[in-house]
Formats: sequence, C-alpha cells, structure tokens
Amino acid sequence: MTFNRSNLCWLALGLITAGYLLFWALLLGATATYSTPESWLQVLMSPEIRHATWLSLVTCSLAAGFALLLAVPVGYLMSRREFCGKSWLDAALDIPIILPPLVVGLCLLIFFQTRIGKAIEMAIPFTYQLSGVVLAQFVVAAAFAIRTMRGTFQHLSARPEDVALTLCCTRFQALWHVALPAARRGMVAAFCIAWARSLGEFGPILVFAGATRMKTEVLPTTVWLELSVGNLEAAVAVSLFMVALAVLVLVAVRATGEKV
Amino acid sequence: MIQLDHITWKTGDRVILADVTIAIPANTYAVLMGSTGCGKTTLLEILCGLRSPTSGRVLLDGVDVTDLEPRARGIGYVPQDLALFPGLRVREQIGFAPKLRGVPPEELNQRVNRLAEQFGIAPLLDRLPDLLSGGEKQRVALARALAAQPKLLLLDEPLSALDESMRAEAVSLLQRVQSEHSLTVLHVTHSSSEAAALGHLHLRMNGGQLEVETKA
Repeated sequence: MTFNRSNLCWLALGLITAGYLLFWALLLGATATYSTPESWLQVLMSPEIRHATWLSLVTCSLAAGFALLLAVPVGYLMSRREFCGKSWLDAALDIPIILPPLVVGLCLLIFFQTRIGKAIEMAIPFTYQLSGVVLAQFVVAAAFAIRTMRGTFQHLSARPEDVALTLCCTRFQALWHVALPAARRGMVAAFCIAWARSLGEFGPILVFAGATRMKTEVLPTTVWLELSVGNLEAAVAVSLFMVALAVLVLVAVRATGEKV
Repeated sequence: MIQLDHITWKTGDRVILADVTIAIPANTYAVLMGSTGCGKTTLLEILCGLRSPTSGRVLLDGVDVTDLEPRARGIGYVPQDLALFPGLRVREQIGFAPKLRGVPPEELNQRVNRLAEQFGIAPLLDRLPDLLSGGEKQRVALARALAAQPKLLLLDEPLSALDESMRAEAVSLLQRVQSEHSLTVLHVTHSSSEAAALGHLHLRMNGGQLEVETKA
C-alpha cells in the first residue's frame, strides 16, 4: 500500500476517533475497577436500589411511551406541512434540549404553583409524586423523540401518502395506514432514545419530584443520594448498572434500525 | 370527460401553468408530452386534487371538483416512482382502497384476485414491494389504482423505469386496461414512440400552455 496524503489523512482521523474511544474506555475502566463484582451485587440487591431500579424501568417506559405519542403527530406535522412561523416553532420544540436540566425542573415546579397548575394537580398530583418523575422525564425526552420522528418522516417520501389520498384515504388514514407502518423503525428508535434520555434524567426530577427513598427515587437520584452520604461504592455500582442499561438500549436501537 | 377551465398555477413569481383550458372526452387515451419541469406533474396533481390551482376550475363529467378532496374525485393516480406502500404486501396494496371503502372480505378477495390475474401478478400477492422488479411494481401500482374503480386514470411516466422489451409489453397492457375498464386516461411521457402507440389525443405542454397536437 502506498502511503500517500489521503492515507495520512485517514490515519489522522482514525487516531482522533481511537483517542476519544480510549478516553471513554479509561473512564469506564477506572469506574469498573473501583470496587469488586461481589460488592456491586450486594449493593444492587438492596431493597432501596431494587425499588429505584424497578421505578426507573417503569417511569422511563411510561415517559418514552408518552413522548412517542406526542412525537409522531408533531414530527409528521413538522416534516409534511409548510406554514407561517414554522422555523420558530421548530426552534421552540428544541428548547428542552438546550435548557439546563435544573431550569426545566424549576419551570415545572413554578408552573404547578400557578392557578392552572393547581387545577391540574386537583385531578392528578404531580409535585413530589411518582407522576412528577414521569412528567419531568417526559418533558425532556419528548424533545428528543420529536427530533427523531421529524427526521424519520423527512426521510420518507410523501408520495405514497399522496397516492393513498387518491385511494379513498383521509389525511389521518394516510398517516395511520401508510406513513406509520413505513416509519416503524424511526418509532422504535424514537422510543429507545426517549427511554435512554429518561433513564439519565436527574435535574428536573430532583427539583420537581424530589429524592424520597422508596417513593420518587430513580437510579440517577440513587447515585446522587449515595454520593451525598459518602457511599462511593454504591454510587459506582448503580452508575455501572446504568451504563449497562444504556449500552443495551444502544444495541436495541442498532438492531431495530437494521431489522424492523 | 375531463375539463380544465382556465387553470393557472404559480409558485412565487413563476407561472408554471398559464390559463390552461382543455377538454378530454370520456374513454379517450390522452398522452401529454413536454420538456422536464414544464408543469406536467403539476397538472396531474391539480387534476387529482393533491394541489390547488391558483385560479381556474377542474370539472369531471361536468361536475366542478376543484374544491373536492382527492378521495372524492374518483381518480386513479400512478406517479412516476409508483409509490407502492412500504411494508404492505401486494395483496394489501391492491385491496387498499376497497378495504377502506368497507367492501366485504369475500368480495375484496375476489376483486384482488381478479386484478392480480388480469395483470399477471397472482404469484406475487404475498410479496413485499422491495422484492418486486420494476415491471412487477408497475403492474401492482396499476392494479392498486384500478381496484378503486376510478373513471379516470392519471399516469405520470409509468414506463420510464422499464427496459425496452418490457416497455412494449407494458404498452399493450395499458391499451388493454383502458379499453376493458372504459377509462379516460391521461398519460404523461417523454417517449414519442410510447405516445404514438397509445395516444388517441396528443397534448403538449409548452411554456405553461397546453396545446393539442394532430396525430401524425
């Protein structure tokens, strides 16, 4: 192989990529070797952590499900329809992504102190409740799900939906019978991304739903609670468990991208 | 009968269709030719209701359908890319419109099987679009459009993806379909030979205007 300028360029890019991956491998390796597998198992089997794990799985699934329910119609609208102020709406939909997480929590907390918020809480209590955990996760996860669904619909040709309109379909039926089956990969990906984002959510949950053990404690809250009492081994065990879950989600996204 | 009554379509300052007026008699196979980007597809989209004209009216059998939704116009549309529904099997593609109309399952099956036989795609009924050749896709798209029992069929360069040998076969298929189903067809093409073989009425789009050509 001749070692020309092009090869040198690829080599440099490869080294940058490898350096970044190595950095992450060192971070995770250092964390993984901090304590023994026996102590991880001991921590993960404690009733509080098991409860937080169960709660995380349930709330993340609910938040991701709700996020997908919102993301499909919003993503479809943003990808298929041109209207006045669309670019502003597009930017507004990304606000939860750029807002500092604590600010999201604070906004939720303040909103539920307003008259409208209190009226909502009369029907469903959110503040410092389990439902508040789901809402805090949903608010941020939905923005990521919308972005994914918008991209999915943009990549799908609108032509089959147009043809469906000439074949007795209303616009809603064209969405339901043609666009959604075609967008199933994107829907799975949007759900997984929303789920993973919900799993890592911490700031809004802490501010809005609190960190009450066996009540509103999810895995990121556990890491924070354990760190705050100096129990580094437990924090490390839960963190590694979260890394494993995140990797599983990534693998699921890749697999669905290829197989669904 | 199709009547376009002073149809104009503008995008920004650009006039794509300028005061187009034409009448195509019922049971006619009309062929529309013109250079790329001259507005042929726009005209088809206005006819089937996917695009609203800037001004003018569309009349089908004397009824003003300009403000009707595409599904209420009784038009079959086969776009250039055929636009088969991803993830639906050939059987579901053909049965799409009848099913939405609430046709009973037994009648639906009969209609699907009849069309599949007519188009020679009966062995493909359980296949997904990804596993079909260009010619097979084109037959499925035609069968899907005809399953809705339209009075008018709009074809946007439906044979452009076919090779020469398959094109001759497809031309005879289209002729047969038009006469068997008593259809009024408006067929957009770039091919003079295709136009000569199929067209009873030859139209040419030029500078946003529609002209009737006399058949050579």
